[in-house]
Amino acid sequence: MSTYANKKGFGATIWDYLTTVDHKKIAILYLISGGLFFVIGGLEAMFIRIQLAIPNNDFVSAGFYNEILTMHGTTMIFLAAMPLVFAVMNAVVPLQIGARDVAFPFLNSLGFWLFFFGGIFLNLSWFLGGAPDAGWTSYASLSLHSEGHGIDFYVLGLQISGLGTLIAGINFLVTIINMRTPGMTYMRMPLFTWSTFVVSALILFAFPPLTVGLVLMMFDRMFGSNFFDVAAGGNTIIWEHLFWIFGHPEVYILILPAFGIFSEIFATFSRKRLFGYSSMVFATVLIGFLGFMVWAHHMFTTGLGPIANAIFAVATMAIAVPTGIKIFNWIFTMWGGSVKFTVPMLYAVAFIPTFTMGGVTGIMLASAPADYQYHDSYFVVAHFHYVIVGGVVLGLLAGINFYWPKMFGTMLNEKLGQITFWTFLIGFHLTFFIQHFLGLMGMPRRVFTFLDNQGLNTGNMISTVGAFLMAFGVLVMVINIIITSVKNEKVGNDPWGDGRTLEWAIPSPPPFYNFKQLPLVRGLDPYWVEKMEGKTEMTPAEPLGDIHMPNSSILPLTIAFGLFVAAFGALYNMDDKTWTLPIIIVGLLITFGSMLIRSVKDDHGYHIHKEDLMDDKDKGGKA
Amino acid sequence: MQSDERFTDATWPASPEKATLEGKNKYLGFWLFLGGETVLFASLFATYLALKDKVPNGDAALAKDLFELPLTFVATMLLLTSSLTSVYAMYHMKNNHFKQMQAWLVITVALGFAFLGLEIYEFNHYVHEYHHTFTSSAFGSAFYTLVGFHGGHVAFGLMWIISLMVRNARRGLNLYNAPKFYVASLYWHFIDVVWVFIFTVVYLMGMVG
Repeated sequence: MSTYANKKGFGATIWDYLTTVDHKKIAILYLISGGLFFVIGGLEAMFIRIQLAIPNNDFVSAGFYNEILTMHGTTMIFLAAMPLVFAVMNAVVPLQIGARDVAFPFLNSLGFWLFFFGGIFLNLSWFLGGAPDAGWTSYASLSLHSEGHGIDFYVLGLQISGLGTLIAGINFLVTIINMRTPGMTYMRMPLFTWSTFVVSALILFAFPPLTVGLVLMMFDRMFGSNFFDVAAGGNTIIWEHLFWIFGHPEVYILILPAFGIFSEIFATFSRKRLFGYSSMVFATVLIGFLGFMVWAHHMFTTGLGPIANAIFAVATMAIAVPTGIKIFNWIFTMWGGSVKFTVPMLYAVAFIPTFTMGGVTGIMLASAPADYQYHDSYFVVAHFHYVIVGGVVLGLLAGINFYWPKMFGTMLNEKLGQITFWTFLIGFHLTFFIQHFLGLMGMPRRVFTFLDNQGLNTGNMISTVGAFLMAFGVLVMVINIIITSVKNEKVGNDPWGDGRTLEWAIPSPPPFYNFKQLPLVRGLDPYWVEKMEGKTEMTPAEPLGDIHMPNSSILPLTIAFGLFVAAFGALYNMDDKTWTLPIIIVGLLITFGSMLIRSVKDDHGYHIHKEDLMDDKDKGGKA
Repeated sequence: MQSDERFTDATWPASPEKATLEGKNKYLGFWLFLGGETVLFASLFATYLALKDKVPNGDAALAKDLFELPLTFVATMLLLTSSLTSVYAMYHMKNNHFKQMQAWLVITVALGFAFLGLEIYEFNHYVHEYHHTFTSSAFGSAFYTLVGFHGGHVAFGLMWIISLMVRNARRGLNLYNAPKFYVASLYWHFIDVVWVFIFTVVYLMGMVG
């Protein structure tokens, strides 16, 4: 079962990826599927903007608009942003801490397949009677009364993919705590690793409330319980609380890795160590902590009362402090540095004003009385796109450009990258800046059309034009990827020339065991430390010896697939069909059977022998 | 180090569950998982407290009509004792006494099944005597979900411990399976702690509040 043997051929490659437990290959799987869902979510966004380009448009019907609006939000958050974040984490974090793999390679693969099957399940709703249509927040008062199976797809698909996310979170926590190479103390960890660490803790505590909320919704819709049914004593506000106790930390789960990526990029291309490293770490931890204290600011208009609103308003504004610390530290990192404007650096520089604008509207929204005016208007839409696109998406685009050579061994084209950057950035501001004003002028969000002669025509048209510019930018990026992959010009260990951290000390892409000998870390930015002493490689922390590697396995895929099958049974169970129960049982048998096999079959992994490593001298991989 | 090599009492490490890197990872990862499980149950407790005694009409049974302390007291004692016996099992695991460990695990599992039996009897009783069902009211939904999630955890824990005992019956302890036994017993303790909260919040507070 080992991938150690040289296999060739297309079928073998597919099988290799289906069974892989290598964090670098799982990163590629996350990147491909996250990219696919990003395109789907982007198409949904284009449908929204086409529909809203002119007043009284009938490009899509009202009901269908609800579906694309719901699926745009759900897809972008759960199926595009999350996996793309995980792609970068998987590709980079083990390398940054000098580990040969994550702590639980098997679970890493399981996490991916759960996410993947959950996402596929959710998107199959388009072909099986209609997608969910109650918004990505799926408030119980709407979703309990939604016809058809759309909401059921949402509830079951997100349970499956949420489980995958939870597993991935635990995995990264243990990896970062237990697998650091000698000398890699906590306060020498690169900022991206730090943000992954904090984010994993957020995932661990934020996803269970979502799971509970989804389970309650599933029970209400499929099994006749009454959690949200007011007539039987239920309470729909419970859903709002559970959803936002998850939902608010979730936005920090998305943005903190972007902060981490930018921190790496600023230091690398200013050719200076990150300004205020320890305050950056402190700010990251504080944002993570405060992120759990603010969920009710999404519910100011629910009627929790002035005391609750005041407390949550103040807590929300407090988050501006650590975020401000970060913004200033990034600016000070560039100050006096020898700045090189590569494509990743362009994204990083553009991110600062863009994200700050999103932060400022965030403070406006945090003040509860004013929020009564902004609530459910396009002002809110503009705000969260400024922080999510201006923060997370710019961060991911920067990270993908920055780490592309490390993942694939070839650079993306800088010229095409600049075209993508400028069209995407200008398109983004065209699309969303005007929406602040549309919102203040009274345009409500989530409504499928607007009337003529209300002063909303020009703004909406500008917004739609901007959206097309963003789509063009993404298209150029796809072309860029195809062209450079076909050319496939191989690069060395440190293609940007200014790498500071461990991942740039090993080949691109790294050998499957990452480090032939674990590197000794002698300070912050360990590779930079060695470079400053005139060395080209890291000092090894151990003699050359056998390397223990995990076996690949198909079981993660079958465990996830079983849940996928069972979810179909559960979904149609409410229609009183006779075939649904057997389907549920078969699906669960596949899942629990695979888990039992995993439990009783010993898996000791295998060893790469010292002699084989010595033959590999030319392949590098030496620490 | 080969993790499946045989050990004597003299070579068996003091903390076999953490003697290998895999073991250390499992140990820490499982503690973190239990952290996530804590939030899961916290959400269910919050939901239960919000919906306690929320029923559609005056005829429906409320918490103080339903619960009987003698039954839940016996259930509590069974589960608490099973936690103690799993501690004994782990004590023998750490001393490389495989037979004694298996014996204490058998007792643990037996107590777990007895607890589960009582819970099934209890649910059955509520349904037939009081028409307090999963679908009868929001209170019913919240009660059966919280207590049922716990019962599901007990059932899963029993299956888990039994699989481990059967799988390793003939080969004894090594550094590969010691962490597996250890995390299973951690899980069992966690279930026990959750029950302590259920006993307090659902049953005791149900009787007096």
